[in-house]
Amino acid sequence: MYQIVGKKALNATVTRMDIYAPFVARKALAGQFIILRVDDDGERIPLTVADYDREKGTVSIIFQIVGGSTQRLNEKNVGDYIPDFVGPLGRPTHIDGLKKVCVVGGGVGCAIALPVAKALHEQGASVTSIVGFRNKDLVILEDEFKAVSDDFHMVTDDGSYGKQGNVCLPLKELLEKGETFDEVITIGPLIMMKFVCALTKEYGVKTIASMNPIMIDGTGMCGGCRLTVGGKMKFACVDGPEFDGHEIDFDEAMSRSRSYADFESRERETACNLLKMGEK
Amino acid sequence: MAKFNMNPLKNPMPTQDPAIRNTNFNEVALGYTAEQAMDEAKRCIACKNRPCVAACPVNIQIPEFIAKVAEGDFEGAYQIIAKDSSLPAVCGRVCPQETQCEGKCTRGIKAGCEAVGIGRLERFVADWHNEHASETVKKIPSNSHKVAVVGSGPAGLTCAGDLAKLGYEVTVFEALHVAGGVLVYGIPEFRLPKAIVKKEVDNLKALGVKVETNMVIGRVLTIEELKTEYGFDAVFIGSGAGLPKFMNIPGESLKGVYSANEFLTRSNLMKAYKPDSHTPIQHGKCVAVVGGGNVAMDAARTAKRLGAEVHIVYRRGEEELPARREEIEHAKEEGIIFDLLTNPTRILATDVTDPRDPAYGWVNGIECIRMELGEPDESGRRSPKAVEGSEFIIPVDCVIMSLGTSPNPLLKDTTPGLETLRRGEIAVDEVGKTSIEGVYCGGDAATGAATVIKAMGAGKIAAKAIDEYIQNK
Repeated sequence: MYQIVGKKALNATVTRMDIYAPFVARKALAGQFIILRVDDDGERIPLTVADYDREKGTVSIIFQIVGGSTQRLNEKNVGDYIPDFVGPLGRPTHIDGLKKVCVVGGGVGCAIALPVAKALHEQGASVTSIVGFRNKDLVILEDEFKAVSDDFHMVTDDGSYGKQGNVCLPLKELLEKGETFDEVITIGPLIMMKFVCALTKEYGVKTIASMNPIMIDGTGMCGGCRLTVGGKMKFACVDGPEFDGHEIDFDEAMSRSRSYADFESRERETACNLLKMGEK
Repeated sequence: MAKFNMNPLKNPMPTQDPAIRNTNFNEVALGYTAEQAMDEAKRCIACKNRPCVAACPVNIQIPEFIAKVAEGDFEGAYQIIAKDSSLPAVCGRVCPQETQCEGKCTRGIKAGCEAVGIGRLERFVADWHNEHASETVKKIPSNSHKVAVVGSGPAGLTCAGDLAKLGYEVTVFEALHVAGGVLVYGIPEFRLPKAIVKKEVDNLKALGVKVETNMVIGRVLTIEELKTEYGFDAVFIGSGAGLPKFMNIPGESLKGVYSANEFLTRSNLMKAYKPDSHTPIQHGKCVAVVGGGNVAMDAARTAKRLGAEVHIVYRRGEEELPARREEIEHAKEEGIIFDLLTNPTRILATDVTDPRDPAYGWVNGIECIRMELGEPDESGRRSPKAVEGSEFIIPVDCVIMSLGTSPNPLLKDTTPGLETLRRGEIAVDEVGKTSIEGVYCGGDAATGAATVIKAMGAGKIAAKAIDEYIQNK
C-alpha cells in the first residue's frame, strides 16, 4: 500500500498528489512515468513523474480528471492509501549537454514539462518556456515555471490570460526572429505536439515529444502503447515515452488514443451517478 | 475385483456443455469424482520401464502417486506429487501431457488405446488436497542465506518453493500488481481459475517466501543492487517471454488490433471479462485471431465468450497447429471457425476519412491469402507458400495477433555483463547459470516462449544449482 502524503488542487480538474513510495523516489528521473491503481480491480493508470523527493521518499504526480479512475483517485485524501504504485518506468529525458532549450507545455502536460525545465535549469542550460492553456481558470504552475525559465511565455486560447493564441504563436515568433535552440521539448495534447513538431520541422530544430498513450503493464508486455516512429513500430513504455517529434505519426497516435472514448465517458457518468447517490 | 482396469479408453473428463460454456468464464473441465479417479488409476499397470517419469520435466513419481489414488489414499498421492512439483493443481490443468508423461505411457502405445489420464489424476489429487487438507505448511528454519527471484511465473515460483524448502530466505519480485506471471495475466479463468494460482502462491508464502509486487527489476532495483546493497547471495531470473510479436503488415496500429498479450491481460489480469470491470475491452462482433498456438486458442475462446464470431487464421494446416489437441478440440466444440492455410496480408480500416468521426481508424476487415504446403523446412514442418492471386477479405471488427512472444529486453539492457542469444534469450548453461556469477535464469526468459512445465523444470534445476553454489561459496 502507498500512502498519499500531500494533495493540492491546481485547478478545478487538475490535482497534484505526493505519494510515499521510497523505491520509486530513489530512482525517478524527469521524463519517466509510474503506473498506479486506485483500488483493487481498478485499471492501471500511467502518469508521468511530476517531481520527486529522494530524502522524503515521495513522488509527485499531477493528473487531470478524465475518467472514472482519475475521478476515484481525486476522491482520496492525505492519509489514504492506494494499493499499487510502480515505477520509475520508461527512459528518462535526455538532457545531457543541452545548453539552450525551449520547453513547450500545454494544459496538464505542463506538469510533466516542468520537471524537464527544472532539470535543464539546474544543469545551467538556458530555458525558454512556452506554456498554453484553454483559459485563465485552467492555468497551473505559472510561478514554478517562471522560477526555472530565462524566458517565459504564457498563452491562452481565449486570451483571458497572457497572449491570445496557441503555443505555436510565440514559438514561431522566436524562431522567426532567428532564435536558435539545441532542442525543443514538447509535452501536451497530441494535437498541440503535432503542430509544434510541424513548425519546428520547417525551421529544422530538433524536437522531442513526450507521448502518453494507452498502456497496461508499462514493461513492454501488452503492446497497447505502440506508436509508429520513423515508419517503425515502437512501444512508448520501453522505447519511450519520448521520441523524435519529427518522426512520430501523430494522426495514428490520436486515433489510437480514442480507442476507449465511449467507455471512458460511460465510466465518468457512472462515477458521477455514484457520487450523486452518496449525497442523498 | 480385478486389479487393473483394462478399458482401452480414459475415463472421459466431465466438462461444461460447449453451448453453455462458450458464454461463461467458469472452468471448462469439471474434474473427476473420487470414483472416476480411482477407476482411472486402476488403468495404470505399474509397468517396469516407467517411461512417464522420464518424460515429465520435473520427474514426478507418477506410478507411485497413481497407486495411492487407486487405493483411495488421496493425501498420500498428493505427498508423492508434492515432492517434485510445487504447482500440481496448475500442471494438472495446463501441462501438455500428451507430449510428455501420457505421450510415453505404455497403455497408450497400441492403436485405439489411450494413455492413463495422468494429468486428470494429478488435477484430481491436487484439488482434493486443496479442499480437504487441514495441515498447514510448515516454515523451514532459515539457513540465513538470501535468494532473490525475479518474476513470479511458473519458473520463479518453482525455484522459490524449492529453495524455501531447503531453508533459504527467498524474496520473489513481481513487476505486476499480482503474483503468478503468465498463470494470471495469460491463461484464462476458464482454463485455470485464478483462485488456484492464488492458493499456490499462498502456500509458498506460508513456507516463508516473501512476494514483493510492483517491483520491476531493472528499473526499481538492478540485479547488481540486489546482490550488493540488499545482500542476496544469488539471483534467479524467471522474467519470462512477454514481448509480443507483430507481423509488420499494414494496418496493425488500427483501433481494434490487439496483441494476444494485451487482449488476454485486459481480460484475465484486469478482469475486463466481468461486466462491472473498470477496464475496457473490445467486444468485437467478428474477431480474427492470427496464430495457431495455445495462446491463440485462449484469445479466441475469450473473444467467443465476450460474444464474438471468432476465426482462427493460421498459415499452415490442421496437422501443424502448435496448440494442444485438447485446446483445439475445445475451441472447435465452442464454435471457433478455423481458417487454415490462410495468411493475413493487411488489415483494412473503415472507409471513414474524417479523423474526428468516432468510426475513423477502426478495423473493418482482414485481407488474407490462401497458402499451400511445400517441402518440410528446418523445423521439420512443411513450409507454407502463398497461392498467387488468392487474396480474399474476412470482414472483422477486431484482430488479435498471437504470433508468439520474445524475452523482455529490460534486464539485458540494465544488467551489464548479462549475455544473451540472438532472440534476446538470456544465455545459460544446463543448470541455468548465466554469464554473471551467482545469477541464474530459467523458463521462457532463457528458452523463448515454451510451456509452464518446462519453466517449472528449469526453476527446479536452477534451485538445485543455486543451493550448490551457495553451499560451496
